[in-house]
Amino acid sequence: MSVTEAPPAPPAEPREPQGPALRKPSTRKRLVPYWLLLPGILWLLVFFALPLVYQASTSVQTGSLEQGFEVTWHFQTYADALREYYPQFIRSLLYAGTATILCLLLGYPLAYLIAFKAGRWRNLVLVLVIAPFFTSFLIRTLAWKTILADGGAVVDVLSTLHVLDVTSWLGWTESNRVLATPMAVVCGLTYNFLPFMILPLYTSLERIDGRLHEAAGDLYATPATTFRKVTFPLSMPGVVSGTLLTFIPASGDYVNAELLGSTDTKMVGSVIQSQFLRVLDYPTAAALSFILMAIVLLAVTFYIRRSGTEDLV
Amino acid sequence: MPVLRWIRRNLVVIAGLLTLAYMILPNIVVMVFSFNRPKGRFNYAWQQFSLDAWKDPCGVADLCGSLSLSLQIAFWATLGATALGTMIAFALVRYRFRARGAINSLIFLPMAMPEVVMAASLLTLFLNMGAELGFWTVLIAHIMFCLSFVVTAVKARVMSMDPRLEEAARDLYAGPVQTFVRVTLPIAAPGIAAGALLAFALSFDDFIITNFNAGSTVTFPMFVWGSAQRGTPVQINVIGTAMFAIAVLMVLVGQLIASRRKSNARN
Repeated sequence: MSVTEAPPAPPAEPREPQGPALRKPSTRKRLVPYWLLLPGILWLLVFFALPLVYQASTSVQTGSLEQGFEVTWHFQTYADALREYYPQFIRSLLYAGTATILCLLLGYPLAYLIAFKAGRWRNLVLVLVIAPFFTSFLIRTLAWKTILADGGAVVDVLSTLHVLDVTSWLGWTESNRVLATPMAVVCGLTYNFLPFMILPLYTSLERIDGRLHEAAGDLYATPATTFRKVTFPLSMPGVVSGTLLTFIPASGDYVNAELLGSTDTKMVGSVIQSQFLRVLDYPTAAALSFILMAIVLLAVTFYIRRSGTEDLV
Repeated sequence: MPVLRWIRRNLVVIAGLLTLAYMILPNIVVMVFSFNRPKGRFNYAWQQFSLDAWKDPCGVADLCGSLSLSLQIAFWATLGATALGTMIAFALVRYRFRARGAINSLIFLPMAMPEVVMAASLLTLFLNMGAELGFWTVLIAHIMFCLSFVVTAVKARVMSMDPRLEEAARDLYAGPVQTFVRVTLPIAAPGIAAGALLAFALSFDDFIITNFNAGSTVTFPMFVWGSAQRGTPVQINVIGTAMFAIAVLMVLVGQLIASRRKSNARN
């Protein structure tokens, strides 16, 4: 793969052109697409859709690991799970939302830089955006432990500038610590999902015809107006798919919360993980992950409707 | 103030470069700490320069075993997901048929769902089937979640292909197989390669889905995760640095070949 071609942004796609001129196909030919689809779709049905059905059934079961579980249509599990773990839900959405906004704010200038300003450095910058991917993300997240360590350079600078006083007052950090606070978790989330924001932004910015900028300038638009009226609206597909690609995985993530946070920063992913793999309370775990799925799908649908890019998906 | 004016004019560039620095900083830390000789179990504070870990990257029990397991899983997952995904992409772009909408959503949904939900639901399936968790369950899971990404990558390329090239091949009496192998496949290759690369990277680096469905099998990300609790050997940083270096090297070589080819084509 040459680096000029960034991996495509999954949800954002231009409308498909009409296919090649279709001839009257024979029956055998008409079956070709179905044969092409069969193995892959079967895989998704068996290992993606069917599991969701199993999970739905698990969430309304009662019982224990020793006596076995049975479907009793016990919807109370959902209510109980929500009541007990709503702080983790709210925290997950809050952290994921903050990280998404930060990704957009940080990622946009870089995507813009690559698309319009980098010139012959474009490929190099793109490589530098993608290459960190290849060091396992867990190793990189662990590196943040070193960077944000108590008494480390970052903490020193932030406390000398009295930034930590403000953030501690806001409850983002604790006294002179960054590690094991919400700020560390959001920092890790932002870091981990930045490429998912930058690449779709870059692909949509790159498609913009540079002559539009010239035209805007000819019509006496200031650079700021050009950005507001031309560049940004035209980059909306990238903004939408970038925010989705950041928010969705971030809301279910538990790696950052576990490695960089404390027990006070646990996200809903950690709860699902420990209920499933340690507590072995399968119904509660299934209910929790269903609630998370519902929230995310609702938010995504609402967001796509609002941003007026339904035909992208 | 000329300095302020310069900053204002180059605001985008400055902000972009700061983001770039933010993205690369952890990689630099990983690299620097691969030369550390840590005191105690954790490699979080700088002690002393040492090449020990570089001389003996497999010196930690199970590390290279987990690495090779991850590579194997990533290889087979890439192969499986790329084959299945390419077929789906061609069917979706080249043919009109019923249930296209439903199939499009089925492909979009895995990407629009938090990983932990997929991981947990797949585990309930495996538990209900009484499947033994391990290599095979991880491989099945990886093919499943890589599939959608391959489809979108290949679809983008196939969509921009000119169908007239294939018609021309047919007009020149190429059979369907010949047309596919000599015309269609070469044109679609960059999309397929991009999809495969993405699948490999996703599979190799996946932690959440693997953590749920691996049982006692330990892949490389799971090894790193475990070591975060037990104590991180310097070798982890060595592997991380090597992976980064190999990736950059591969890209540079690819660039070189591409530019060589371009200048050859021009001459």
